[in-house]
Amino acid sequence: MTASSPMLWIGIALTAALCYGLKYAGLAVPQRVLDHPWTVRVADLIPVGLLGALVAVQLLQSPSGGALVLDARVLGVAVAVVLLLLRAPFLAVVGAAALVAALARLL
Amino acid sequence: MTTGSDRQVVVDSLGVGIATGVYGVSFGAIATASGLDVWQACALSLLVFTGASQFAFVGVVAAGGSALTGALTATLLGSRNTFYGLSIAQRLDVRGVRRAAAAHLVIDESTAMSVTRDTPHQARLGFYWTGASVFVLWNAMTLVGALAGEAIGDPRAYGLDAAVAAAFVGLLWPRLTSTTTRLVAATGALAATALVPLTPSGVPIVLGGAVAVAMGLALPARAAS
Repeated sequence: MTASSPMLWIGIALTAALCYGLKYAGLAVPQRVLDHPWTVRVADLIPVGLLGALVAVQLLQSPSGGALVLDARVLGVAVAVVLLLLRAPFLAVVGAAALVAALARLL
Repeated sequence: MTTGSDRQVVVDSLGVGIATGVYGVSFGAIATASGLDVWQACALSLLVFTGASQFAFVGVVAAGGSALTGALTATLLGSRNTFYGLSIAQRLDVRGVRRAAAAHLVIDESTAMSVTRDTPHQARLGFYWTGASVFVLWNAMTLVGALAGEAIGDPRAYGLDAAVAAAFVGLLWPRLTSTTTRLVAATGALAATALVPLTPSGVPIVLGGAVAVAMGLALPARAAS
């Protein structure tokens, strides 16, 4: 189901190297290079667009992949959204989502 | 943030460090539940050390995507750290080895606890105390969560798949402050959903995110208010 271990290690090494490079670049690159309004806008939008896509896939893709399903995850995330509206801390939001989904699957 | 004593800066930083570091337990549990082993979960926290990217990597892998797609998604999410670094570079004022070390601590929390300070001295205090305390606790709690995650068996029975989705919602939530960001997030979600039945696993995330960013850039400036 999941990627093989050597591939996972390559992915981890690549992620580590690239993410570190991005962090280092911020401390090393001259201000004017990244000061362009367009660059600033892209940087704001990338996390938002990607996280929106990640939420949808994690919420709706079937465990075997390739199809959309509605299951207990939807209940868990609905509770998470309510808790976020109530300004609950991150860990409580994540924990409540797990608890609600687990209980829904027991019933 | 008002000018406080150095001691107050350190106390605030440790508070943020503890609160953030503790949820490394959810990362560790989710990582091993997603098919990574304990070493791989710990390597991500130790070497990547930027939460949203780590969650994205394991999210893509858990969804059946390739490790390279996971790396691409994680790296795109990590691009914001470049801008964080830029915003604090002048006040950190580090060169050489110290810059190389400080760079690893450039994350959401250390930046937030640094940019709000009134003096370069307190900006550095906030950055290093927050960064270091998050680093220590995030890694320790990742190990705890990873060991627990390996011991519990089928992660879906414990709702951990819902927990990952909720974690992404929680990371997205503070960014939904304008019409533009809300539209972009919704576009990313819709595009990815539409792509799930049509493309290999992992692709909907990267392609859906790209569609959303392109849409956001095409929006007229008035929607940015």
